[in-house]
Formats: sequence, structure tokens, C-alpha cells
Amino acid sequence: MNEAVVKSKQDEEWQPKIIAFLCNWCSYAGADLAGVSRIQYPPTIRVVRVPCSGRINPFFIIKSLIDGWDGVLVSGCHPGDCHYISGNLVARRRFAIIKELLDFFGIEPDRVQFMWASAAEGELFAVMIRKISELVKKLGPNKKFEKKW
Amino acid sequence: MVKEMADIQAENVEIEKQMREVARNLLIEKKVDMIIGYAQGTVPLSSSPIFIKKIEDVDNLIWNNLCYVNLARYIVPPLTEFVDNEKVELKVGIVSKGCVARALIHLVKEKQVDPEKIKIIGIPCNGVVNRRRIEKELGEKEILEISVSNETISVKGKEFEEVLPYQEYLNELCKTCKVKSPPMSSSLSDVIVGESIEVASVEDDFVDLDNYESKTPEEKWEVITELLSDCTRCYACREACPMCYCNLCFVDQNKPVWFGKTSEMSDIIVFHLVRAMHMAGRCVGCGACSSVCPMGIDLKLINRKLEKIVKERYDFTAGLSLDVMPPMMTQKMEDSEDFMLGEH
Repeated sequence: MNEAVVKSKQDEEWQPKIIAFLCNWCSYAGADLAGVSRIQYPPTIRVVRVPCSGRINPFFIIKSLIDGWDGVLVSGCHPGDCHYISGNLVARRRFAIIKELLDFFGIEPDRVQFMWASAAEGELFAVMIRKISELVKKLGPNKKFEKKW
Repeated sequence: MVKEMADIQAENVEIEKQMREVARNLLIEKKVDMIIGYAQGTVPLSSSPIFIKKIEDVDNLIWNNLCYVNLARYIVPPLTEFVDNEKVELKVGIVSKGCVARALIHLVKEKQVDPEKIKIIGIPCNGVVNRRRIEKELGEKEILEISVSNETISVKGKEFEEVLPYQEYLNELCKTCKVKSPPMSSSLSDVIVGESIEVASVEDDFVDLDNYESKTPEEKWEVITELLSDCTRCYACREACPMCYCNLCFVDQNKPVWFGKTSEMSDIIVFHLVRAMHMAGRCVGCGACSSVCPMGIDLKLINRKLEKIVKERYDFTAGLSLDVMPPMMTQKMEDSEDFMLGEH
């Protein structure tokens, strides 16, 4: 690699990589709206489209952390708006427990975030992504699950 | 709770006597076809489950401070169903201390146990001695005999005799246990030995967790990795747990492989983290997992936290009543969202 390129890479600020599980019916459309409205937000998230936030197995979150993602975001429909009536409500209880347990085990709780975003909230989606990027950036790279051998 | 200072061992002998009588009567009257209870283990400091079908075997039943196994484990799938020669399901009587009965009630709620097919033989429990800690304390010495009195545990072996304080070697979860006898709000058909108690809800302040929870994430991580560093992932905790009845446990899944199979720290943490997630709102705090751990790891810290989460968030204690829906099987519109990312 060219020396100048190496130098510029080193100077570049570290950007977190955040995996975002977005529900097909609300949050994914919300992210889409943010896109087509040309609202700027940091390029830190990589989106995975899921049918519903109730589809999220706790293992999706844990596996993402094992695989070295610096942050995990799960977003679904607002309570009452779920396409499957109560998928997000079931998920909410699950998320509460995941979040508390991660904190209890000493894994920075800010790495894993949950939010609601509807299909009309493109602006809000961008705001939230900015916020999450800031939070995760503060924590630095995710090293807890790194294999020692 | 203020308890009369009767000798623990004498109390247990009395319970044992009454329990055998009840068991014998149940078998004679053919109210049950089989009884699951505790029997003397093959080595000191142990007990083993026993399945009694003949009346004359009833005298093998025992009750003491070393009956640490949760007997509810033996009637949940995927273990063999108890059937007679004509494949008719047997009615099973289960010797139940508080936590066994709670596990049974919760399993009925989860539709794993048919309430028509079981009968609880409830007995009051005064705590289980943590045998792993005693073994650790004594090191290489071989224990041949153990007896428990009100304040002391005396351990005898070849050429030595030691006296240990009883309260200190009690199972950690037994120290905080509030349901020593089967909760009677259950509508399961019970026979109770000794006094019965009415438990509608359990009050707990969880002060034992305060010290740990005030730590920073880094300190917590240090404590928890230190606690679990001996884990060899033998899954004895899973095997002993009455709530672990999945046909295929997540640790055995290989499509997809969720996490590594090594005993490297990150894999151990993931196992215990996900085990804890699966136990939320379901753990009855029997401490069987800690008692059977060959490495002597005490999972009490994690199990207490689970209790705390569901108590504080959903005001639920596992296995107290057949009328309350477990929190992870239901939901409410107005559930708290304090953990979620807000706009501000």
C-alpha cells in the first residue's frame, strides 16, 4: 500500500461498526425514508431486515457481539403498531432482560440498544443513529468477546 | 421468621418418619403408583433420587440436609415417561420441599407436567448444606460421616474430625429462601407433612446484590470472569435444572453454531449469559445447579439477579401460584421502557 494511504488511514478517526436489526414493517421503511429524504447520518450501521422485532433471538445479539460488532441496534414498530399485533410487546420484555443481564455481566450496556421507529420517522431514525454512534464510539472497540487462544 | 430452636437433625428425623408414613399410605391406598424421593447416596455427603413402586421399599426414603437434588427434574420431558406395562401413565407422588413444589407448579404452567398425574408430598425444609464447599474446605481428606446439629456440622473421617459452622456452609440460595414449604396457594392435590404455609407473594429487598451491582462494568466483568473461570462446560448445571427440558439445548445446536465449544473465557461467558436469559422468570432458586457443579462454582449471584429482575419489573416470583401467568409468556401494553433509547 502507498505510504500516503497508510498515513491517512492511521489519521482517520475510529468509527464503530453497528449491526442494526430493523423490522420490515416500520423501522426498515423508516430507514428507507431517511435515505430517500437525503437525511444525513453516520455510515456506522449495517442493516439486517427482519420480519418483526419479535423475531430477534437473544442469540442474534450475543452472536453479533461475539463476531466483533461494536454495537447492536434493534428497532421495531411502536407498541400497538405491530404488524403481528403483539410481536414487539413480547420482544420488549425479552429485551429488558437481555439489557439488564448484559449490564450484570459487565458488558457495557450502551453497546446494545433498542428503539421504536415508525415508517414515517425518517428524521427520528437519523437522530437515533447519530446518538447510538456517539455512544458506541465513546466505548471504543468491542474486545470482551475476543478469543485469547 | 423466628424459628423454635429445635435441633435440626431431630427435626429432620421427625419429618423423615412422617414422610415415610404418608408415602406408605399413599401407596397402600393406591392414590399414587410411584413415589419419587431421596435415598442415601453411595458416598458420604450425597443423596440420590429413588423411584419407589413397592410398599416395602418406602423405608429407603430419607430426608436430611444433603437432599440437594430438585426432584421435579425427573418428571419433565425429555426423560422417559413413567408408564406401566399397558403404557398407561403412572400417577407419581413427589417428595417436595419448597423449591421442588415451586418448580412443579411452574412446570404445570408451562404445560410440561400434567397436574392430574402428580401428587405433591410436601415437606418443610430447613436448608441444604453446600457439600462442594465442605469438600473444598477439607481438601484431600476423605469424608466418611457427617452430622448436622443446630449450629454446627461435624464431619468425620479416618483420623480426623472437624466441626464447621452450619450457617456458613448452607447453600447460598437457601439463606435467602423465603418459601421453605410448598406454597399452598397451588391447587395441585397436596399432602403436607408438618405445617403448611400460605404464600401469596414473596417480599425481598435483594440487599445481597447491592455490593455487586454498584460496581463499574469493568469490575463486574472481572468478578464474573473470576467466578466462572473454573467452568469446564460439563453442563451438570443444565442436567440438574428442572427448567432445562429443551429437546435440543442451544449448546448442542450445530445449525447454526451459535458459539464456540471451547472452555475459553468468552465461550464460557456466553454459555452462562444465555443460560441466564433462558432462566429469567423461571428459576425457582433451588440451588441444584450450584450443588452439582464439580468445580464448585456457585451460580447464586446470577440466579438471584434473575429473581430480582422479574420481581422488580413484573412483580413475579416463579412457582408460587397456578393463577399468575409467568412474565415471559405474556406481555402488557404498559410495560416499562426505561431501558430503551429515547429521543432526548
